Formats: sequence, structure tokens, C-alpha cells
Amino acid sequence: MINFQSVSKVFPDGTHAVEDLTIEIPTGKITVFVGPSGCGKTTSLRMINRMIEPTHGSVLIDGKDTTSIDAPTLRRGIGYVIQNAGLFPHRTVLDNVATVPVLQGQSKKEARAAAGDLLARVGLDSAMGNRYPAQLSGGQQQRVGVARALAADPPVMLMDEPFSAVDPVVRAQLQDEFIRLQDELGKTIVFVTHDIDEAIKLGDRIAVFAVGGRLAQFAAPAEVLSRPADDFVADFVGRDRGYRALSFVASGKLPLHQEPTLTLGDPVPTDAGSSAEGLTEGGGRWLLVVDGRGEPRGWLDCRRVPTDHPVTVEDLVLGGSLAGPDASLRTTLDAALSSPSGRGVAVDADLRVLGTVAAKDVLAAIEAARGDEPGEAPAVTPTGPEFWTKAEANP
Amino acid sequence: MNWAWLNRNTDQILSWLVQHFWLALLPTVLGLLLALPLGALAHRYRWSYATLITLAGLLYTIPSIALFVVLPAILGTRILDPLNVVVALTLYTLALLVRVVADALDSVPPLVVQSASAMGYRPLRSLITVQLPLAIPVIGAGLRVAAVSNVSLVSVAALLGIPQLGQLFTTGFQLNFYTPIIAGIVLCLLLAAVFDIAIQLIVRLSTPWQRVVRAR
Repeated sequence: MINFQSVSKVFPDGTHAVEDLTIEIPTGKITVFVGPSGCGKTTSLRMINRMIEPTHGSVLIDGKDTTSIDAPTLRRGIGYVIQNAGLFPHRTVLDNVATVPVLQGQSKKEARAAAGDLLARVGLDSAMGNRYPAQLSGGQQQRVGVARALAADPPVMLMDEPFSAVDPVVRAQLQDEFIRLQDELGKTIVFVTHDIDEAIKLGDRIAVFAVGGRLAQFAAPAEVLSRPADDFVADFVGRDRGYRALSFVASGKLPLHQEPTLTLGDPVPTDAGSSAEGLTEGGGRWLLVVDGRGEPRGWLDCRRVPTDHPVTVEDLVLGGSLAGPDASLRTTLDAALSSPSGRGVAVDADLRVLGTVAAKDVLAAIEAARGDEPGEAPAVTPTGPEFWTKAEANP
Repeated sequence: MNWAWLNRNTDQILSWLVQHFWLALLPTVLGLLLALPLGALAHRYRWSYATLITLAGLLYTIPSIALFVVLPAILGTRILDPLNVVVALTLYTLALLVRVVADALDSVPPLVVQSASAMGYRPLRSLITVQLPLAIPVIGAGLRVAAVSNVSLVSVAALLGIPQLGQLFTTGFQLNFYTPIIAGIVLCLLLAAVFDIAIQLIVRLSTPWQRVVRAR
């Protein structure tokens, strides 16, 4: 457990980075500090391992004041993942990962052997061990950064926008693996990001910081979305927070529609358009194409059916997210909305097509959920400055 | 070219070459060793940077011949003692390299330094095992300039009669005889090239990460 007790930080130039912060960060959970730039989230993070010393107040780890521990010793006991990984360019991947154990006095040989095992844990090939950071992609470097922070098996990990420098696809991948890793390790993690979606996805608890270093709200993600503490939080979380809140509602039993499929490489039936029309509710324009294993590959536009050759990936309109077995309402609705046919593809755990879901059924489920739990997520209570109030005041 | 003269004096010229080599090498190494802590100081504390760089600049403007003449009085050495040359050139190397080392350390990405500190490095260990290795390419470039300039400056000491390749120039001028002068220039150039190549080789071998093929 990490406690901030009335912590303030005023920089020498007079900037109030953090204002009277009192917060209790639970053990074994991911706590996300989120907020716009200049809100003091990174400053707060760095006060935990004394990279920055507070002006007032104290930071306690498991009841112990951090200032009672020599700073370098304290830091070796706290994993740290920095933006852009911050790897040592002159050391191999293995030596980078072995950094803290070596600082703690372990022999290089031992530390390197352990580092090799850690690479596998963060999804890197052991052949990467002898490369230099410059030889890795951004995503791989970030994984090495995580492995390095884990090397000494610290109970606490600090992560400063660790996934912000990689492209969205890699970021989503890293986030998913990070969640999986945390399920195994159960570390006390403090994670800084400016991305509210990342905060919602990763956080067990979210601390929303306002400019000037004020803690605006500290709560579970669903609560931050459904009950923003004030105008600032409502505004920061964004106008589509009602949609985001659907992330926390399981889809449950939605009516699944039969979907005729065509297998890649098969010839397109000459009456493709009309046969699809006969079988689906959504109209006959789109036909779902799967591969040999039954995994969805894309949609075939029956108005532009290739007649001269068996259907290939090039003929398909790609895209459309998939709804897996544990999909939330958000994922399911997105699957329906992002599909060119308007029918969201539902898949089983092996990614095989089960059928399709219509957006109207998802909306019905949302309405039903609201009926079951009045006031609970997804709430759309208006908060914050609304346009119509302004219009009234100024006719 | 009077080859017969060169043949007759080969042993003498070779001993001057060896002497010249040492007189250029020692100050280069000593100057570097002194410049490392001073450059680190200038890098670490901004107030010391301006002071040290100004002092180094002033030191460098003292004419070498003056320094060769004055040093015996300060050090209590004989005027012909090669130590005077070593000390004088060490000072010049130091003057040149303080700034190089400070700037080289400044060029290390701050994120890497920060990351070392966050991992639990103490400042001295971070300096020696993280920042200094990363500064090698820039320091190496400065060292090449210092080494080559030392090879040429050593010859000036010939005016005091300290034996090295500079003797070829004084001899040549006194006799109005060009063979030793040409031989001196060629050997100085060769020596400078040897220093330059050796330093490049050392930098290359000590920075394997610079030679890897970049991903992406």
C-alpha cells in the first residue's frame, strides 16, 4: 500500500505541480493516474521513488516513510518503466534487463540467466537477448523496459506513460499482455497516462488529476464514467463516456442470428446476392467470408461479386471488430457498428463464427440493463456545461 | 632528396621518432585522464562550466614556446628535461578536452540518465558505467584533434634542443638543407596518422552498439 499524506510540490519557479494530495494506493492493484498535461500526475508518480522530493507532506510505502530509506536503495526496490523505455543503448537486451539485480550485487552471470527467462515472460524471443536496443522495434523496446522493471521482482512498479510512443495496434497488444502479466504477478502498480481510454482499460482504480495538481476523483473506472465527481472530470472523460461505460456491462444473452458464410477460395455462387437476401434480415448486399478454420476474414459486397475467379482476400471489405464470448456491450455494439453489413460478427473462443448480432438488439440490451439497475451504468445524466443552458441564457 | 644523408643518419632519426612518439603519446593520455573528472565537473555543475571553459581557453592561448621556457622555473626542472614538454602538452590537451568531455556528457540523452537514476544508480556509478561509455564517440573525436596537434607541437620543443623529430627541422634550417626537413614532415604526418587511426580503432572497438544495423 502506498500512501500520499497531504503531499504538495512547488517547483523553484513557483509552479504548483501537486496540491495537498492525499490518496491510498491499494496493494496488488493497478492504479492509474490520468489527467491533462501539467496536472502533476508524473510529478506525483516520481515522488513515490523520490526522483522528486515533495515540498510538503510525506509518501509512505507499507507504512514506512520513503525519506527514511536511502534513495538509490529505495529505487532498486521499485520497478520503473519510463516513456520510450529509456533503455541503455550501449548494453545488450540481456544486460539491460539484468540492470537492477546487478546493482543489488548479484553476479552478472546469474542476473543474465534470470533475464533470459524474463524475456520469454514479456513475449520476446530469447534470441533478442544479445541485440542492442537500437535493433528492436518500439514495441519490443517497451517489452524490454517492462522486463527490466520486473527483474528484481519488486512489489511495486511505477509506469510513466509506458505505451505512449508506439502505434495504436502495438499499444493495444502491449496493454492486453500487460493485463495478462498483472493477473499472474499481482504487483502494486501505479500507471501514468493522459489517455482516458487506456486508464479505463487498465485501471482497477483511476485517479483523475486536474490542472494545478488537484486530485479531482479517485474511484473505479465504471464509477468515474457513470458518476463524474465534477465538471472537470465529466469534461475530461469526454462526451462519449456513456458509450465508454458500456465496457463494464457484459453482453450477456443477446439474440444471435444465423449468418450464411462463404469459404475463401470457393467460387462465388451466381445467385450470391439473392441467396444472401433470402437468409439474412439485414438485406442481401453483404456476404460473410470465412477461412478454412471458420475464422471470419471479411465481407463480400454482392453488388460487386467477382464472377471470374474463386473469392480471395482482395475481394473482401476488411474491418469490423469481433465480439468474443466475454465481450462487453461496448465491444458488441462496436462490432455491429464497424461491420459494413451492420451485423456484428460474434465468435467463440477459437475465433470461429457463431453468428451475427444486430445493433438494435444491443441497444435493447442496454435499455434492459438500465431497467434492471436504475441509476447504474450506463448512465447518461447530463453534467457539465450543456449547450442548451447557454442558449437559454442568451436567446 | 639526399638519400645518402638519410642512410647515414637512420639510427639517429629513428631514435628521434621514438622519442617524438612518447612525447606526443604521454600528454595525450595524461591530458585525457585529467580532463575526464574536470569535464564531468563542468557537466555536473553549470557554474563551474563557464569558469573551467574560460580558464581552459586562456591556457590554450599561451604560446607553447613561452610555456616550454617558463615551466622549468615553475617545476624546478632543467631546461632540457623532456618533462617540460610532457607537462606543457598535457596542459594543452587538458584545455582542449575539458570542453569536449563536458559537451560529450551533455550529449547523452537525458532520458537514459534519468532512467539510470530511477533504476537506483548512484551518481558516480551512473557517470562511469552509463554516461561515460555513451560519451565515447564525442570524446574520441576531440581526442583525435588533441593527439594530432600534440604530434605537431612536440616539434616546437626542438628550439630548446630536446631530442625528437623537430631536430630535423632545426638542422635543415641551419644547414639550408631540405632533406631532413622533408623527412621530418613525412615522419610527423605518419605519426599523426598512426595516432588518428589508433584512436578511431579504440573508439570503434569500445562502442559495439554503434555499429549494429538498426531495426525499423
